[in-house]
Amino acid sequence: MLDPAGPAVKRNTTAPLPAHVTIRGLRKRFGGATIYDGFDLDIPRGRLTSVFGPNGCGKSTLINMIAGLVPVDAGDILFAGKRLNEIKFGYVFQNYREALFPWLRSFDNIEYPLKLMKVPKPERRARVERLVAHLGVKIDLARYPYELSGGQQQLVSIMRALVVEPEVLFLDEPFSALDYEMTLFMREQLQRIFMETGTTTVLVSHDLEEAVYLADRILLLSRHPARIADFVAFDLPRPRDSQTLSDAGFVATKAHCLDVFQQEVRRA
Amino acid sequence: MKGNRFDPVLPALGVIALLALWYLAVWTKVVDPVLLPSPVDTFRAMWTGMAGGKLGHDFLVTVERTVYATVIAAAIAVPLGIVLGASERLYRSVEFVIDFFRSTPASAMFPLFLVIFGVGDRTKILVAAFGAALVILFNVAYGVMNARKTRLLAAKVMGASRLRILVDVLLLESLPQTFVGLRNGVSLALVIVVVAEMFIGSTDGLGNRVFEAQQLFAMPDMYAAIFASGALGYGLNLLFLTIERRFVHWAGK
Repeated sequence: MLDPAGPAVKRNTTAPLPAHVTIRGLRKRFGGATIYDGFDLDIPRGRLTSVFGPNGCGKSTLINMIAGLVPVDAGDILFAGKRLNEIKFGYVFQNYREALFPWLRSFDNIEYPLKLMKVPKPERRARVERLVAHLGVKIDLARYPYELSGGQQQLVSIMRALVVEPEVLFLDEPFSALDYEMTLFMREQLQRIFMETGTTTVLVSHDLEEAVYLADRILLLSRHPARIADFVAFDLPRPRDSQTLSDAGFVATKAHCLDVFQQEVRRA
Repeated sequence: MKGNRFDPVLPALGVIALLALWYLAVWTKVVDPVLLPSPVDTFRAMWTGMAGGKLGHDFLVTVERTVYATVIAAAIAVPLGIVLGASERLYRSVEFVIDFFRSTPASAMFPLFLVIFGVGDRTKILVAAFGAALVILFNVAYGVMNARKTRLLAAKVMGASRLRILVDVLLLESLPQTFVGLRNGVSLALVIVVVAEMFIGSTDGLGNRVFEAQQLFAMPDMYAAIFASGALGYGLNLLFLTIERRFVHWAGK
């Protein structure tokens, strides 16, 4: 197939970035279906990797296995050589309404993981306040989550995941329950957070525009059993903004991803 | 719906209508005056009875029995409900027994409890506690079983131990349903206590007061005792609703 973007867009060139998460020989079956079989993947350190693919291909299952929410049948997942229980990580659910604790004020929600780590109260407060100042968040954190808008609730969820200073941050379709206006706002928030912290981030998205816009690397999965259909680099400098959406490199990368995606969908 | 400046008085309309009908019935003598005293006579009987009369004492005795019954029921049913709810397979294995006895009228258990515990306060309280406990147990167990899975996963992914998840998440998740159980439980306990006071060799309590007034044909006293029971039931429900709104402010949100 001819490449519409020409050589300006580098792709299929998973440039040798240092790997942070290494997955080897991953296997997972659900009922009769084989979702993963001998799956290998390197997730680069300090980059934002988007995961995109056909419905039911196991995008969420992948990060859920990496984050230990779903057991693996076989395979190794290591974080710079360490096991999951040896590292700190954060996880943001799609359904913020059900993921936050409605009986705790937003501040106490963010503080909760530190409480589990037995950090003393004054230090917990200081760390949350530092994070809030660092991210420039303007939410009344004395409110209960249900008193906040959807986007604000998800922001509280993200802060709860960040407060432990995670080595890896997982986000499972974090904005898909929000309206478009809020989604755009939250993309900017996430981009800023990523630029501020430089945390290795894995974002599952069902929105290709979002997946490319936010990412350094876009992981395109095939239908199950999932293979890496392509692992696309998108190295446009940050901060990206609404101009990015009409940038030639962005358009070409998105078109390429869509192409790969459609081939995978048709393959079924 | 559009608000109206008369909205605040709406709840009073039913009361006024009922009193008007009552007066009308007394005034036109459609009902035998011996069977239906006037509202004034009734409320006078209630006032003198509650202010230092026998009715006040009976009221307090019934409150005491109902509270004991509910406290005993909750002390047994809440922890048991959490244990059963935390293991769905365990609950399924005792579900039929719980549902069966929950559906058995507690009044049918009076003779059995009389044989075991004899005539006295203990029997009345224990039958009421038995009925209330099953209602509370059922609700607590379902509250725990229906805890949001995402919330449990969120706690797990943050590294909470099983015990922490139980205390920090599961208990609070089940709290709204627990309160539903407590509210239903206290209502049922009151019903059982009042019935028990009528028929299990009682000398006091609201049930006994109603029954005795009827035997003596003291109709204003009988109506007064009925209204006192109503006020008690309504008040207990209101009390639990108020506590619920304070402690479970997030329910349904």
